[in-house]
Amino acid sequence: MSDGASAVRPPAEWTGPPWRLWVRQIGILVRHELRRSLFTRRRFWVFLLAFVPLLLFGVPWVVHSRQPVDAAALENQTQIFAGIMQLYYVRLGLFFACMGVFTWLFRGEMVERTLHYPFLTPVRREVLVIGKFLAGAAIVISVFEISVLGSFFLLYGRFGKLGSAYVFDGPGLGQLGVYLLIIALGALGYGAVFLGLSLVFRNPIVPGALFLGWETITPVLPGWLQMLSVTFYLKHLYPVSVPSNSFLLGLFTVSTGPISSAVAVAGLLGFTVAVLAFSCYRIRRTEITYSVD
Amino acid sequence: MTPAADRVVFENVSKFYGEILGVNRVSFSLEPGITALVGPNGSGKTTLMNLMTGLIRPTHGRVTVRGLSPGDPQEFFRHVGYCTQFDSFPHGVTGYDFIYWPLRLAGFSGAEANRFSEEALDRVGLREAGMRRVAGYSKGMRQRVRLGQAIAHHPSVLVLDEPLNGLDPMARAESLALFQELGSQGLHLIISSHILEEVDRISDRVILISNGFIVAEGRIHEVRREVQDQPMQILVRCSNARGLAAEAFSLGDVVEAKLQKDGGGLLVRTTNAEKFYLLLNRAVTAGLVEIDTVAPADDDVNSLYQYLIGSDGNLT
Ligand SMILES: Nc1ncnc2c1ncn2[C@@H]1O[C@H](COP(=O)(O)OP(=O)(O)OP(=O)(O)O)[C@@H](O)[C@H]1O
Ligand SMILES: [Mg+2]
Repeated sequence: MSDGASAVRPPAEWTGPPWRLWVRQIGILVRHELRRSLFTRRRFWVFLLAFVPLLLFGVPWVVHSRQPVDAAALENQTQIFAGIMQLYYVRLGLFFACMGVFTWLFRGEMVERTLHYPFLTPVRREVLVIGKFLAGAAIVISVFEISVLGSFFLLYGRFGKLGSAYVFDGPGLGQLGVYLLIIALGALGYGAVFLGLSLVFRNPIVPGALFLGWETITPVLPGWLQMLSVTFYLKHLYPVSVPSNSFLLGLFTVSTGPISSAVAVAGLLGFTVAVLAFSCYRIRRTEITYSVD
Repeated sequence: MTPAADRVVFENVSKFYGEILGVNRVSFSLEPGITALVGPNGSGKTTLMNLMTGLIRPTHGRVTVRGLSPGDPQEFFRHVGYCTQFDSFPHGVTGYDFIYWPLRLAGFSGAEANRFSEEALDRVGLREAGMRRVAGYSKGMRQRVRLGQAIAHHPSVLVLDEPLNGLDPMARAESLALFQELGSQGLHLIISSHILEEVDRISDRVILISNGFIVAEGRIHEVRREVQDQPMQILVRCSNARGLAAEAFSLGDVVEAKLQKDGGGLLVRTTNAEKFYLLLNRAVTAGLVEIDTVAPADDDVNSLYQYLIGSDGNLT
């Protein structure tokens, strides 16, 4: 230990506008969170959840490569893809991936006893919430969108010229864009809810199950209650409606409704911001109560 | 400038963890300099420091540090550094990164943060080890890298929870020298320890804490005097407690001798414990009483003090 000659200086004042500091802090927090949690063993099953449909679409491509590749089959496959988007990607995969990732953002640091470090830096706790939230969103959205892209191209790739005509000259690319938007919005909505739940409940499994139940029953509830679910907003965005000819499918999938997409997007973003605001309120009241050993 | 602008102020602060008392009705106003916060395990030192830095919130009362509230971290932690007792680190972090990134978060440029990180590593004697992962550090090195992080941004208030824990005598002396140097520069240093002797030499004032209560506060020799004038409590479980009480009152120094409700014990308050122990010995040899247990009742300042400074009762 050298007794360095430097006398005390006042800590450097931040002279820029405060939002510049916040943006910079959020950038650092996001990078940190990605490094902390992207390629850990805990994240493995997020990848697994995301990439299951790739197998679904990849394997038939190999196995049934002799099947007809006519327009009727393509139409049929488009419907199947729409069903898998709604049923699997959004309702199951994205839901549970968000549960895993977002509940762990703060809870994980409590379990690892490192949450006091960010709490002891000159960062507003609201900024902390936003930084972690964006990091979680970046993880889930990128993993799932890669998978959706993969599935999409595996699906239509099988149809050769017919497929590329559907994608590039037909409605295909537009549908893909909407699906990617849905994944992103769904991740934000679910993510905000799970982040909020993790700041209220020590164990998020039970509230997570309740939330799943809520998301499932809201389609039959009065309108204003529906506005408190993520599904409500997403269902108005799906580009291809799935025929609800089986009871099970009817329960879990939704047909496109009357609200305009812009309203649905704005509604979901508003919902996300409101839930995040709640998280900010909670985190400001959060105390470090883990003990020393 | 209000008087509180350069002080660390607790106003009637209490903290309960549910039913459990952390600290109770704590009030003080600390000037710059070195303050030792001394008390046995579980007395509330960490609680007090966590309150001071906003890691926990008071159940009652108010905390301000140099006029700032921990509720505004963006301003607060530019001026305050806290080396906690938590011996956990972010996964895979190196000593350098551990210090560098909080500086970046504070708004320092890459070059400044780099300079401050290296300076801090230097000051805690980890220049060589800085690029290694903290996971491979010894206990003492981990303690020092946390100290390095706390001082890196040149805070004017430094809160250190048992910073000498796990250090070898050499590192201990170096740390104490560092604290002294920082104290002489006009910083606030609040240093906790469960051994008074360890920190009293460098401290400007002491706060003794026990069971969540501040039992004495002030300049080190004032505290000593205050404590030594306090009668000490001794609990004796024995037969013929009534007879012992009569004997005890024959000693001038015994302030009070209270029979316990079941008649099988006596609580004695005396300013001269030695004399009372002698009397007890004589009473036993004379067959006046049979003793079950003799123990200092631990809620009094003197026995706490004796515990803190060691058995010989000498302060320096
Ligand atoms: N998170 C918590 N939940 C419940 N009780 C707590 C918690 N933290 C501390 N306590 C209690 O508050 C009291 C004071 O604890 P604190 O950790 O402040 O003591 P300390 O003086 O720092 O002890 P040590 O020397 O062991 O570090 C103890 O009775 C302890 O059991
Ligand atoms: Mg402690």
